[in-house]
Amino acid sequence: MYVSLRDRPGSDEDRSGRALRRVSSTVFLLGTVSLLTDVSSEMVASVLPLYLTASVGLSLFAYGFLDGMYQGVSAVVRIAGGFAGDRGGQPKWIAVLGYGVSALSRLALLPAAGFAAITAVVTADRLGKGLRTAPRDALIVEASDPALLGRSFGVHRALDTVGAALGPLVAFALLASVPGSYDSIFVVSFAFAVVGVAVLVLFVPNLRTAGGAARIGLRLALREVSGRRLRRPLLAAGVLGLLTVGDGFLYLSLQERDNLAAVYFPLLYVGTNVAYLALAVPLGRVADRVGRARVLVAGHGALLCCYLLAAWPAGGPALTVGVLVLLGVFYAATDGVLPALIGRLVLPEARGSGIAAAQTVVALTRFAASLLFGLLWTVQGPGRSLLLFAALLTAAVPVAAWLLRGSDR
Amino acid sequence: MNARLRVLVFAAILVVAGLGAGGFVWNERQGQARTRAAAPVVAQGGDLTSLRARPHLVFRSTALGDGYGKVAVVPLSAPDGPRTFTPASCERVHATAGDAVCLFADRGLVTTYHSRLLDSSWRPARELPLTGLPSRARLSRDGSLVATTTFVHGDSYADPGQFSTRTVVTRTDGDVVGDLEKFQLVVDGKVVKAADRNLWGVTFADDDKFYATAASGGRTWLVEGSLRRRTVSALHADVECPSLSPDGTRIAYKKHGDLAPGRWRLAVHDLRTGEETLLAETRSVDDQAEWLDDTTVLYGLPRTAGNGAATSDVWRVPADGGGRPEVLVPDAWSPAVVR
Repeated sequence: MYVSLRDRPGSDEDRSGRALRRVSSTVFLLGTVSLLTDVSSEMVASVLPLYLTASVGLSLFAYGFLDGMYQGVSAVVRIAGGFAGDRGGQPKWIAVLGYGVSALSRLALLPAAGFAAITAVVTADRLGKGLRTAPRDALIVEASDPALLGRSFGVHRALDTVGAALGPLVAFALLASVPGSYDSIFVVSFAFAVVGVAVLVLFVPNLRTAGGAARIGLRLALREVSGRRLRRPLLAAGVLGLLTVGDGFLYLSLQERDNLAAVYFPLLYVGTNVAYLALAVPLGRVADRVGRARVLVAGHGALLCCYLLAAWPAGGPALTVGVLVLLGVFYAATDGVLPALIGRLVLPEARGSGIAAAQTVVALTRFAASLLFGLLWTVQGPGRSLLLFAALLTAAVPVAAWLLRGSDR
Repeated sequence: MNARLRVLVFAAILVVAGLGAGGFVWNERQGQARTRAAAPVVAQGGDLTSLRARPHLVFRSTALGDGYGKVAVVPLSAPDGPRTFTPASCERVHATAGDAVCLFADRGLVTTYHSRLLDSSWRPARELPLTGLPSRARLSRDGSLVATTTFVHGDSYADPGQFSTRTVVTRTDGDVVGDLEKFQLVVDGKVVKAADRNLWGVTFADDDKFYATAASGGRTWLVEGSLRRRTVSALHADVECPSLSPDGTRIAYKKHGDLAPGRWRLAVHDLRTGEETLLAETRSVDDQAEWLDDTTVLYGLPRTAGNGAATSDVWRVPADGGGRPEVLVPDAWSPAVVR
């Protein structure tokens, strides 16, 4: 079951060159699939505003509406994807379906014209993303040595982020060489996605969860997800999610504070990604050593500092960079660590469902937090709203730590 | 499938994907080169200096080819005739007889936007502060004041359609008069303090009085403002991007009404009677209108050319709600009438 490039259980963790190698080859392969798919999706995402406003002739207002459509779709399908992977015992093929739908949606952008068609295509892409996430994470858990789970997710998320960073570069290089040819971007993006799907289909082993034993029914999956083992971690994830302000709002409050951040607005995302990329593997390793729940909670401590820095009345480059780094720490300590934590708590045959449940709880509570924060922002501006969220988070972190005690075994 | 076969199949997919995508891009490149070569050359001619002595129209030329995005000038006597290109390239331009304000983008991985005043020979005279995506630019009639609007942020996903603008008024000789968002906004006698208030689309009446759009809580108003008192107060609801007629009696603007998100209808508001007239243009207009004279309104509409390239035209329509829209200048955008 546990495939690795070089399995040397005795080797020392501190010699990082070796340590990296012990992460299962399946994780690297899945990371490669995510890298290629992210190049593909970020290529399109980074030029979509330009394409819609410059080429299709939609106003920015309509684009905002479209962007809002994205978010809701993904959460619902995620659970379905997780359960379908568990039910069939073959998460790989559910993941293939998810990646495949997203790949095909790139091609569908070619003839799509007008608001409705583009909305449909973008929604299909999001459906694919929702569908594939949980079964893929279940595969990562299945393929990894339990003791290295945090590191494995760190490696996967780091590769994923590399793809997300390369996508816009490829897109703008293409636009520079063939000005205004958005079709070129869609076609090249499709090619990347196809190669990603090929890696998944041809090389990722079809690991069967639960070894093809008793197929899990809907009732058992529900019981497992709402059961004793997951109840507290899910509650903790929900409480923390409710106090997690979207990074878009943090960037906005930075640019309200000083003009520098406004001029380099697009670079703020890059800054966070760089920090995330650098820290995903190290923090995954820390999580393996000191406990995933602890790192998850500590990550929200970083988020708390982030709020305080962003609410600081003075501006300046140092503070801006500080916020971005802390945001990177937060993502590195939570995004891959959560499935690593949940994946080992839940029964193997309900793994996809369990991971999906946790990710959906986080997505929905964060969405609620964004709505709430948006409202607060309108009423009293960014500074005081951030301070209020910081105060609430200060109270919530110990509660979450209490809820998660014992989750690390 | 054994491992060897898998690698072979993968190599085949890699080659097909690489060649397919590469071929497509190459073909597009060739196609663009052919289109450029075959593009009907837009008629050019005239002398800039003598043109500027007569009533003329300054605009951004969107005719495909070398002049794409350049500021061009045509005499008002023959607006669809040959155009004269200036050396300046702008996304949005507005001009008076002596000055022009030009908003332009430096496209790249990180696209930066600039706002620049041009002198009478279209050379850069001064940089103005600008943050975000340029959307509107206006000079006062005597050319002493300039207002620029930029989108600082498009939206927040939790609240679709939200955006944040920044509108700055500057004296052409140097002083920043202020960020309009910091002015006191009064609606129905009450001061609006909500953090989501936005002001954009300025049109100047004189050295102190101006009109603009104010928005808060999903509503918009036509506001009359005073630069000296630093206040703006609402006159009429559902008005965006106002433009004052040359005789100072009417405002042309876009009205959202009960249309779908992102769609607007052109209308004129009479400042003397408070009456609103919908214009004969029924297509959605997302532009700050310009007055050709006291009876005609100009505006830009995007168009997709035969080969799929994005261009636009400047249209005219009577300001009294009658008549029907006609193209004034093809392949043009951001018109400014200079008399």
